[in-house]
Amino acid sequence: MSTTTHDAPSAGSYYVPHSSPWPIIGSVGLFVTMMGGANLLNGHAPTLLYCGLAVLIVMMIGWFNNVIRESQAGLYSPQMDRSFRWGMSWFIFSEVMFFAAFFGALFYARDYALPWLDGTSASKPMTHELLWPTFEERWPTNGPGRVGGTFEVMGPWGLPALNTLILLSSGATVTWAHWGLLKGNRRQLCLGLAATVGLGFLFVALQAVEYSHAYQHMNLTLGSGIYGSTFFMLTGFHGAHVTIGAIMLTVMLLRSLAGHFTPEHHFAFEAAAWYWHFVDVVWLGLFVFVYWF
Amino acid sequence: MTATTAGHDAVHDGHDHGHEHAPPRGLWRWLSTTNHKDIGTMYLVLSLTMFFIGGAMALVIRAELFRPGLQLVEPMFFNQMTTMHALVMIFGAVMPAFVGLANWLIPMMVGAPDMALPRMNNWSFWIMPFAFALLLSTLFMDGGGPAGGWTLYPPLSLQTGAAFPFVILSIHMMGVSSVMGAINIIATILNLRAPGMTLMRMPLFVWTWLITAYLLIAVMPVLAGAVTMLLTDKYFGTSFFNAAGGGDPVMFQHIFWFFGHPEVYIMILPAFGIVSQIIPTFARKPLFGYASMVYATASIAFLSFIVWGHHMFTVGMPLAGELFFMYATMLIAVPTGVKVFNWISTMWRGSMTFETPMLFAIAFVVLFTIGGFSGLMLAIAPADFQYQDTYFVVAHFHYVLVPGAVFSIMAAAYYWLPKWTGHMYDEKLGRLHFWCSAIGVNILFFPQHFLGLAGMPRRIPDYALQFAEFNMISSIGAFIFGFSQLIFLWVVIKCVRGGEPAPAKPWEGAHGLEWTVPSPAPHHTFQTPPQITEAEAHS
Repeated sequence: MSTTTHDAPSAGSYYVPHSSPWPIIGSVGLFVTMMGGANLLNGHAPTLLYCGLAVLIVMMIGWFNNVIRESQAGLYSPQMDRSFRWGMSWFIFSEVMFFAAFFGALFYARDYALPWLDGTSASKPMTHELLWPTFEERWPTNGPGRVGGTFEVMGPWGLPALNTLILLSSGATVTWAHWGLLKGNRRQLCLGLAATVGLGFLFVALQAVEYSHAYQHMNLTLGSGIYGSTFFMLTGFHGAHVTIGAIMLTVMLLRSLAGHFTPEHHFAFEAAAWYWHFVDVVWLGLFVFVYWF
Repeated sequence: MTATTAGHDAVHDGHDHGHEHAPPRGLWRWLSTTNHKDIGTMYLVLSLTMFFIGGAMALVIRAELFRPGLQLVEPMFFNQMTTMHALVMIFGAVMPAFVGLANWLIPMMVGAPDMALPRMNNWSFWIMPFAFALLLSTLFMDGGGPAGGWTLYPPLSLQTGAAFPFVILSIHMMGVSSVMGAINIIATILNLRAPGMTLMRMPLFVWTWLITAYLLIAVMPVLAGAVTMLLTDKYFGTSFFNAAGGGDPVMFQHIFWFFGHPEVYIMILPAFGIVSQIIPTFARKPLFGYASMVYATASIAFLSFIVWGHHMFTVGMPLAGELFFMYATMLIAVPTGVKVFNWISTMWRGSMTFETPMLFAIAFVVLFTIGGFSGLMLAIAPADFQYQDTYFVVAHFHYVLVPGAVFSIMAAAYYWLPKWTGHMYDEKLGRLHFWCSAIGVNILFFPQHFLGLAGMPRRIPDYALQFAEFNMISSIGAFIFGFSQLIFLWVVIKCVRGGEPAPAKPWEGAHGLEWTVPSPAPHHTFQTPPQITEAEAHS
């Protein structure tokens, strides 16, 4: 079985890489990061965490470098391309489910937990009677215990609406870049990507402004009851994903400048674009359910 | 599924290059390998190691419960044992065993040269030993390991000491590993099948894993979300599970069991696949109702998403919720019944022989069904109010997990050991292992039904005197079962080291591509995809 027949239809065309050092480096990096993170939470210095993160960054640079070089060397067949496509799609699906857990928490708190606490739900009157008989729910709330003290609510208009516009525009610019790529127009590709990356980081910067305003002037923090919890965890994880997506697109921009992509062969770009549309859609959910209603 | 490409020559160069070199030697081979067989072996070794570690914890529990009163361990340590036993067995023994089998078998069964994403495959595996190092290290920390049960319900779990972030982050690592592993399996099955290997010709083990992988990707991130909320509630002042802040501790249970119930099927669907491979072989008949098996598996997977509430009938759900979850749960008996019917029909008038894999497979059908029936009893919401948190629940899920999932893994190990090692295992010892296990497991878990019905609560180190006899019997069974597994260890070691050489197809009635390659399977198989015809697929 160790000889390859070259003339069979897909014989041996599937590239199976040789042994690689990157996964084990990644495992050690992840281990050190997690251990460092746990130590930090237990009140120790963050040194170990930083070491682990450094290893993870080195791993990612090395591993992706490896993959890019293999791709440029023409080792990836269309079948390999399809594996990457399935891989990326299912990865994005797993991310959707991660956000679903937090959206689920938001909906559960608003539709079940709070009506039970304030007695407006007929199904569990005793929760209200026995725990906080004076509590009247009005969303947004920090609960009957007024956890975190009085806070102001982050309205949808103003910065969040502007951010919606920014992120939706960036979805358009990345598509425009893709059209450029398909036409073989590298100028359009690079301009479109540069605009997308710019808009992406602008979004993150404005989110940072919003956060600092919330903490300094609105007394709205992660500790502001269920509203603060869901607000910051949902927008925070989203912001982290936008940052990751923007870094991915930055790499794509650099690769476009280096002339890596062809109209036929550019899955890395598409993967980054898919991811970008995914964070876009999550934002729409956030804008509607976290900021607006 | 065929692909001819531009750049074909370059591809071949890269590929052939790989063959001229034998795999690297020593430890580095295992650390850096991208080979699905190497990685499958590592998963199986990890799983067996964790099986013994988790088993030792179970024996601590059963030793303490041998007699009423506190005798061997502190109650706090006892609680750590129940918690860790579950985490180790679920995430460390059962799941990696199935992933290991998937790694070894799926590429060979569908005629693929390897897994679709071989480097990521290595990463999926090597995260696991580190995750368990993190988890097990908590036993040696101030305040000990987690003791609030594997379900980590708040507010109790939030009282864990220094161990808490280690537990949560180790669960994150296991989740990352599982999701990557599942993505790899789906990509392999959907994209690397040999020409002619249509979806409805795939071996059932491949089908069940395709559906299991989907479940994993759908629910592991939800678990990640749930435990992240625990972490932020404890360390960052959030109020997800704090009613004073407008949250709800019961909300954790909803999110957790939305993961938890599909997780139960993640641990049993591949078992269904294994048994569906083994029974036709030793009955020397094709599987009865292949298509209905596929649809039944998919139905079970779908239903698994809408039954989570049956784990929390007693938390005070609205009546509509109780009814919905009760009936949805009972519906699962239908596709499961289809499966049991099909296995029995496959054996009906077959020319059966009873080698060790078949013994385990038949025991699976009988004993898993007992676990299924007690599940049906628990599904009845008003009755569940009596059974909730008693040993009846413990008996139920151990029947589906031990003579269910674990027996299927044992069956798989015996069935494919000749393919993996190139040697036949010792049939006499295998049968001895089977009978000791089958008898031990029933002595161990059957009395727990009676204990539960009589009202003995689970997760306690001491109990009232009227429970003494059944507990003693159960503990005796536990030690018989536990030590019987050393026979298995011995059989495996013996088979790896030598034995009667195994032919390519050691089982007369076996079908499938894995039996067309020599035993032991060469390091690389099916670099030229085989052509699968209608006749072969349905023989």
